[in-house]
Amino acid sequence: MINKISAFIRRTISKIFRNKRQLRLGLYGPPNAGKSTLANRISKDWLGEEMSTVSKIPHETREIIVKEKIDIKRRGKTLSFNLVDTPGIATKIDYEDFLKYRLSRKEAKLRAKDATKGVIEAIKWLDNMDCVLVVLDATVNPYSQVNITIIGNLAARKIPVLIIANKTDLKKANVKKVEDAFPQYDVVGISAETGRNMEEFYESLFGVVR
Amino acid sequence: MLTLQFIQFHELQRLNSRQRIKRIIDEVKDNKIVLVEGRLRPEEETQLIEKTMEDISKDFKGIELCTLDQSRSNERLLTKLRLLFASLLIGDRRGMTVIGPATIIKEIKRDPNKVQLLTTGYRRRRLG
Repeated sequence: MINKISAFIRRTISKIFRNKRQLRLGLYGPPNAGKSTLANRISKDWLGEEMSTVSKIPHETREIIVKEKIDIKRRGKTLSFNLVDTPGIATKIDYEDFLKYRLSRKEAKLRAKDATKGVIEAIKWLDNMDCVLVVLDATVNPYSQVNITIIGNLAARKIPVLIIANKTDLKKANVKKVEDAFPQYDVVGISAETGRNMEEFYESLFGVVR
Repeated sequence: MLTLQFIQFHELQRLNSRQRIKRIIDEVKDNKIVLVEGRLRPEEETQLIEKTMEDISKDFKGIELCTLDQSRSNERLLTKLRLLFASLLIGDRRGMTVIGPATIIKEIKRDPNKVQLLTTGYRRRRLG
């Protein structure tokens, strides 16, 4: 109950001062859904530079990365925000899973240790967000508990959500399945890698962040 | 041997969030699959993940977690509001939460109609 009250006070103060500070747009989701690829795409589209490193190895992003003051312009309107790329949220991390990516045992253990800290950090930052893009891999079953927990928490905190069904350039991608899993939310199918459907994504972003 | 531990709602009801999470994690770290009557609150689910991450070690690789909801689509508005209010105060006793150690549960696969629990021996156990 105390946590709820303090979160409510933080949110209220945050809303009061929102006009004086940049809006925070967070990227959340499970590992390897393409959060950092999307962060890079947005940053490159509007600032001309990338912000995060990407890798096929899960948990590449193990710390919060913030790109400040991104201005998106559409039809004479400007949406200004700080983009926050977060580590993927997982319920299990085993360093042995990294060994198949040819990391040494020492590197794998360090990556696993940093990844656990990253998950905790990402969760702690939830209360600092004004709007969240939940990035899901559209080739993977969307009914995972991590997805449900992230979206349930954002709903409980009354933070606006846009769901991104990413990797639509891949044959197995199924945007409809993501839409069916979360019917109460707007879902946009994109490929952050190729830039497919980014126009609709930016349009939807204006709709969610008001 | 696979051990299932059932925790009744009233057992958790008298504990605060931190104690609930500890109670569950302690059972899971003891290599048990825990079936909790009802659902944790959304913020407790994230606290459970945070605590899991803090406790990860050579022997404890994390958890698999699954919440099973009972549909409320056919209930009257007043009943829904009453249940919503009750769940905000004391948590939600409807549905079920399954939590197990990642070393035993390989994956919990779910779609709208079924939930499958895959143990590390790759044998599928259907929950509902």
